[in-house]
Amino acid sequence: MASITSDEVRQTALLARLALTDDEVARLTLELSHLLGYIEQLTALDTAGVEPMTHAVPMDCPLRLDTPAPSLAADDALAAAPRRADDYFEVPKIIEAGS
Amino acid sequence: MTATKWEAVIGLECHVQLATETKAFSASASIYGAPPNSCTDPTVLGLPGALPVVNRRQIELALTLGLATGSTLRRRSRFSRKHYFYPDLPKGYQISQFDEPLCEHGTVEFVVDGVPRSVRLTRIHLEEDAGKNLHRAKRSLVDLNRAGVPLVEIVSEPELRSAEEAGEYMRTLRQLVRWLGISDGNMEEGSLRCDANVSLRPVGATTLGTKAELKNINSFKFVERAIEHEIARQTAILDAGGRVVQESRLWDADAGTSHAMRSKEEAHDYRYLPDPDLPPLVIDEEWIDRARAALPELPTARRQRLVAEYGLTVADARVLTEERALADWFEAAARAHGDGKRVSNWVQSELLRELNRDARTIDACPIRPEALAALLRLIDDGTISGKIAKEVFTKMYASGDAPGVIVEREGLVQVTDTSAIETAARAAIDANPKQAEQYRAGKTQMIGFFVGQVMKATGGKANPAAVNEVLARLLGA
Amino acid sequence: MTELSHLPAWRLAELVAAREVSARELATLHLARIARADAALGAFLLVDEAGALGRADRIDAALARGEQPGPLAGVPLALKDIFVTRGIATTVASRILAGWIPPYDGTAVARLYAAGANLLGKLNMDEFAMGSSNENSSVKPCRNPWDLTRVPGGSSGGSAAAVAAGLCAGSLGTDTGGSIRQPAAFCGLVGMKPTYGRVSRYGVVAFASSLDQVGPMTRNVRDAALLLQAIAGHDPHDATSIDAPVPDYRAACERGARGLGGLKIGLPAEYFVDGGGINPEVERAVRAGIARLEDAGATVVPVSLPHTKYAVACYYLVATAEASSNLARYDGVRFGHRAEGTGSLLELYCKSRGEGFGPEVKRRIMLGTFALRSGHYDAYYRKAQQVRALIKRDFDEAFTQVDLIATPATPTAAFRLGEKAADPLAMYLADIFTISCNLAGLPGVSVPCGFTEAGLPIGLQLIAPPLCEEQLFTAAAAHELATDFHTRRPPELA
Ligand SMILES: [Mg+2]
Ligand SMILES: [Zn+2]
Repeated sequence: MASITSDEVRQTALLARLALTDDEVARLTLELSHLLGYIEQLTALDTAGVEPMTHAVPMDCPLRLDTPAPSLAADDALAAAPRRADDYFEVPKIIEAGS
Repeated sequence: MTATKWEAVIGLECHVQLATETKAFSASASIYGAPPNSCTDPTVLGLPGALPVVNRRQIELALTLGLATGSTLRRRSRFSRKHYFYPDLPKGYQISQFDEPLCEHGTVEFVVDGVPRSVRLTRIHLEEDAGKNLHRAKRSLVDLNRAGVPLVEIVSEPELRSAEEAGEYMRTLRQLVRWLGISDGNMEEGSLRCDANVSLRPVGATTLGTKAELKNINSFKFVERAIEHEIARQTAILDAGGRVVQESRLWDADAGTSHAMRSKEEAHDYRYLPDPDLPPLVIDEEWIDRARAALPELPTARRQRLVAEYGLTVADARVLTEERALADWFEAAARAHGDGKRVSNWVQSELLRELNRDARTIDACPIRPEALAALLRLIDDGTISGKIAKEVFTKMYASGDAPGVIVEREGLVQVTDTSAIETAARAAIDANPKQAEQYRAGKTQMIGFFVGQVMKATGGKANPAAVNEVLARLLGA
Repeated sequence: MTELSHLPAWRLAELVAAREVSARELATLHLARIARADAALGAFLLVDEAGALGRADRIDAALARGEQPGPLAGVPLALKDIFVTRGIATTVASRILAGWIPPYDGTAVARLYAAGANLLGKLNMDEFAMGSSNENSSVKPCRNPWDLTRVPGGSSGGSAAAVAAGLCAGSLGTDTGGSIRQPAAFCGLVGMKPTYGRVSRYGVVAFASSLDQVGPMTRNVRDAALLLQAIAGHDPHDATSIDAPVPDYRAACERGARGLGGLKIGLPAEYFVDGGGINPEVERAVRAGIARLEDAGATVVPVSLPHTKYAVACYYLVATAEASSNLARYDGVRFGHRAEGTGSLLELYCKSRGEGFGPEVKRRIMLGTFALRSGHYDAYYRKAQQVRALIKRDFDEAFTQVDLIATPATPTAAFRLGEKAADPLAMYLADIFTISCNLAGLPGVSVPCGFTEAGLPIGLQLIAPPLCEEQLFTAAAAHELATDFHTRRPPELA
């Protein structure tokens, strides 16, 4: 587990939606292997029965009343969109789903 | 034919939109049909720095469903992030529940062909909805109004065995969520959506076959058709000695067929992560007790009680418990009048006919339950005949006026004055000597003919009992 | 009298409230200093001159009308560019967010405005707060005003540099693994990371949600108390915000003058190990600082934090996993950089993100994504969260014996630009003394405790139990009273 192959780097980059050059893949393969090697020291530590700590300060989830607050105006919601079509965000045609 | 060789194994994942005013994790309004991108805020848009805060109402609604399905309620549940990239998913992850859902191990009971069935629920968990992608010729457009709307996902065990069962299960779920008031269950508006996992196995086998996931069954009338189609498709593959491929398939309602969704460039890996922005959701006993106390009588119990208390048939009780508001209306009228069976007949024949014609729900019914009871009392005390009562009912529905007012205004009070009836009866007998002769010769059913004549002559206002009595006397003399 | 540009923020607030100095005067003075010095320093990513003058005039007008001055009336601040500011570009020094004008103010920003503070502009940082040297800024490096060949630390490097150089009276940074305390130490400032949840994270661009915390960076202890007082406290927009009253931090500072009698301070052996990377000059200064606390009446006892050596490994799993998740929203659809000429959706995502994120951010997204992949979760993220629990347990145990823990803030003083840039792990290890606080959610402060022979500041770190910021202020104030480090100034920049 302590190292990562360049194939795994490419798969991970795809999952993370990061375009990487071949140079970046090569460099990341080395760097991530190095970091994973360092992280490997954790496996030596016995953590059996230790409850994982997900929140630094234990608390219950606060709950909000179901009372509406004003929404953003569509123009404000869309103001920062790199591409906008009428009152929609525009993206390339989605062809992943369906035929 | 090999039709009996395979057994279908079906599990459903249903998404139900919860009826809240605001989104699951922010206070932006949750409104169907608003102009595009007009129901967002920094949290819904996933803007940098924005954070989720849990809407309490969605928890209450989910708890209600959990209790109604007899689920185990987790006192500490957790929100997790489910990651994937899609334009309708602003943050690149959906806030959902993964390893610690709110509800587990519930059951849904329903009846298929008169046979009671019960399907276990794996889980009911909370999650936020995505926005909506609209596909144009060369591009897609994204509306995030729906993003962040609270959902429950109801996951059944793979215990359904036919399209019909699946359909009945869905109808029962829809009825239940509407009954509980936690969702409008409107499939056309996307408030209720369903994915079906379908696999086949040889009859008698206990292991599961390879399943296909049917996505996007978004119309009520297609639930059964889509699953039937999938069973047929897999049957054909297996009969031909082929193997079913594990895949997601998209149901195309227009074409009445499904096709494999183009496999994404990589396998799914949702990389679930407990959401560090949201501490564990803690439900205390007091909250559960309050939710339990507020739980309405459930449809099955209500149905059984209607049969026992009012002497209705199971079929009648089923119709009357289709909607909680209808059952309430019925019971209010039945209590006001006293004869539940007769009220049930009137509701089913007259009231539902009118409502269906106008596509109105019972909530929009112009007649109050007490008014129907009053109408039936007018029949009981002989003020009007049953026939006239139907006329009055129609007028009550149209005007909202009380039955007494209508009867008075339109002069519909029944003629019980024997002399007036006698005059008409004599005239009828005199005009039809042949029929009178037949009656006297023993053909007593001829009295019906004379009743008709008298009613005609009195514009239907004559009291039928009085008419019968007078005719019998005159003809017998 | 010290020039206005180097007076404490609390003093400036007094002068403005008394109308001896106008907010506009302070704004103008600091804007002029920025114009003069920042080309060499590189602390500012955006100077909002018109906005600052407008706000100053409104503050002055309100005072002229007799309105109650806020506790920060007219005080010229600048903020790390991670704070979301309505109408003012917020970029986290990343190409992917270049030019983004937010439609809302974060809670800390809104509270600063409400306290009467003025905002001069937005400060340089490591991209997405990922770094310890400010060299990961996609815009420009920032330099240490004490030595322009050295880094100011990171990720709140611009904040540290600007405050130290007198370009603003104070700043807010964020601290995920030391990003307030380490640059404060490198630039001779007081930098406090409060208890996780003490200050709202709403409107702070997220790096690692379970570790991120906002805090003040100032030239003296009382200023830090003043700023924290303004921003601390429950916020209904942040579900991890602690709903507890905020004590009077200024009073806590004043208690420092009465000495530290009865205070027990723990010295964790693991932070002072031979060959543990701690520079002898740094160690000497830190020990001198601890001696000052003893002089003020505190008792020092040894404590043990046995899981300290696992902190960096643990941190880089937790932080990168959360970061990979938090940074998924930068997809070129609703805001931010979008690659040109992409035919498919997949290409749009990959190219926009590939172009928009810098190398360190990509490295961390990759590590975090890898750690969360199915089949990896238990071995990596879950394991790290377990180790985190052990690290927290160490502190809980130690705090049954002592009130505070004292450590060096950093193993070395400010290093040179480029010195560690080629080796990510070496850079990560620069945070070795600050990271545990974040993992355990504890408050920590770095205070100036000396200088190297070359004239570089050195920081002493004090760590307290949850919500015990008051004790940190008291001890820090007592220490400050015994030194003049906070009055020293880096060379003026032409
Ligand atoms: Mg699902
Ligand atoms: Zn779902």
